Amino acid sequence: MIEVEHLFKKYGDLLAVQDLSFSVEKGHIWGLLGPNAAGKTTTMRILTGYLPATDGKASVAGYDVFEQPNQVKRIIGYLPENVPLYPEMTVQSFLQFVAEIKQIPAAKRKEAVEKSISISSLESVRGRLIKNISRGFKQRVGIAQALIHDPQVLILDEPTIGLDPAQIIEIRQLIKTLKGDRTIILSTHILAEVTQTCDGVVIINEGKLMASGSLEELTSSLQEKDGVFIRLREAGEEKMEHFKNIPGVDKVAIRDDGYAIEWRRGEDSRDAITRYIVERNWGLLEMKSLAMDIEELYLKVITGGTEQ
Amino acid sequence: MTNIWAVCKKEIKTYFTSPIAYVALTVFLFLFGLFFQSIILWFSSYSMQMAQNPYYLQQLNINQMVYPSLFHNVSIVLLFMIPLLTMRLFSEEKKIKTDELLYTSPISVNQIIVGKYLASLLVLSVMLLLSGILSFFTFVYGNPELKPILVGYLGLFLMGAAFLAIGIFYSSLTENQVVSAALAFGTVIVLLILNWATVAAGGTLKEVLNYISFTQHFDNMTKGILDTTDIVYYLSFVFLGLFLTHSVIQSRRWR
Repeated sequence: MIEVEHLFKKYGDLLAVQDLSFSVEKGHIWGLLGPNAAGKTTTMRILTGYLPATDGKASVAGYDVFEQPNQVKRIIGYLPENVPLYPEMTVQSFLQFVAEIKQIPAAKRKEAVEKSISISSLESVRGRLIKNISRGFKQRVGIAQALIHDPQVLILDEPTIGLDPAQIIEIRQLIKTLKGDRTIILSTHILAEVTQTCDGVVIINEGKLMASGSLEELTSSLQEKDGVFIRLREAGEEKMEHFKNIPGVDKVAIRDDGYAIEWRRGEDSRDAITRYIVERNWGLLEMKSLAMDIEELYLKVITGGTEQ
Repeated sequence: MTNIWAVCKKEIKTYFTSPIAYVALTVFLFLFGLFFQSIILWFSSYSMQMAQNPYYLQQLNINQMVYPSLFHNVSIVLLFMIPLLTMRLFSEEKKIKTDELLYTSPISVNQIIVGKYLASLLVLSVMLLLSGILSFFTFVYGNPELKPILVGYLGLFLMGAAFLAIGIFYSSLTENQVVSAALAFGTVIVLLILNWATVAAGGTLKEVLNYISFTQHFDNMTKGILDTTDIVYYLSFVFLGLFLTHSVIQSRRWR
């Protein structure tokens, strides 16, 4: 659905995007991750036709972003980082204006406006001036304008930035409900957002692609050891020797009132460990994978420079 | 055309939901009325004096003695009002980042520029139409010719249209509305007083300066003389202003 090939963008002497390539399949939500000034917004602006690229190719639904910009603009809904709103307009009149410039036929315009108001839960503020509504509602109006022409692709630049925790949860829920057949790319600084909403990630740093793929693929490819963290009713160093005797177990260490048990690559000792604990009635309170979480994955990719 | 109309409608709404259009209309009409009243009072007392002499009485002509000076004075008022109408057109979009919405919609830069320009042109038309009400009294109490007055109004409209195109160009250059207004104001003043320099110049330079000067072309129209050269002159400024605006917007996106 979205194909980016060897994309470059230069601002004067500054290379904002360097040889960036990735693709996103139809119906998936992908997160664009990276530190500040990594090139996330620039990449999104190129995909939406706001900025031209210096070199490279980009296509959306088979349309070349640079050769057929109008076709691409018709099927993309875009929420920029700074939500583009006219403060002197009411929510409804703003959405009507957007419906017109998105070229929704006059007969369907009213219905499109109503639908976007309903999806974004804006009924209570539809007649209010945009300058008088809360930050959360402004963000919703931004999402409503991106959705109004029922685009196949949604590009959301930091959709939850500046919102309070309750609003963040609401917007995340909204994004999940929007998925359906749509392809969504969202950029964010909140790593938890990626695990909660995205099927895959593209991690970029200083304009370069550091990693891309589904979260499972990335964590398993970057993980050096497999293992579990367990917590028992009573912890003690004497149990470490017991664990070491379990077949396949390679390393045991005490960590945070529990044990980090690692086994050799390609083996899985979870069954054996569980059985061992239950047979001895040690009281298994918690067992979780030692797999990298998104923060660890992100830091490893960004700081370690591991290219996938 | 639908896209142009969408942008135009939105701009007109913005003019009338903010104080800009009301302030511009009120100040323009007030000053127009003031000039109209003082020129009519002068003409009236001058007519009384001339009434003593039948020869001079025949020379009295409202078209020649009232309207040219009225139109010249009003052109100076327009000079102050036009930057008010154009200063926010692109500057504001850039400042509040709504340009990202416009340029990522399936609508061309030309359509955006023309839509905004048409909206400002409509406000100018409303200003001139409302000021026309005063001329009604000259027909009630006098016997002026309509055509020269209409040509004079056409001159004001064309000059205003050229001012607007220059103002839009400056608005596309900066996100600061005050800077945009000041630049437009300065440029238009220079174009208005350019013919002053012809006193010191001679030969081809004098002709060139005379041709570029706004006043020179306007002068004919205030007297009711309609010449296509003058119309082409003002329309050239309109096209130049809009073309430069388009170039500025495109160059910023490609930088």
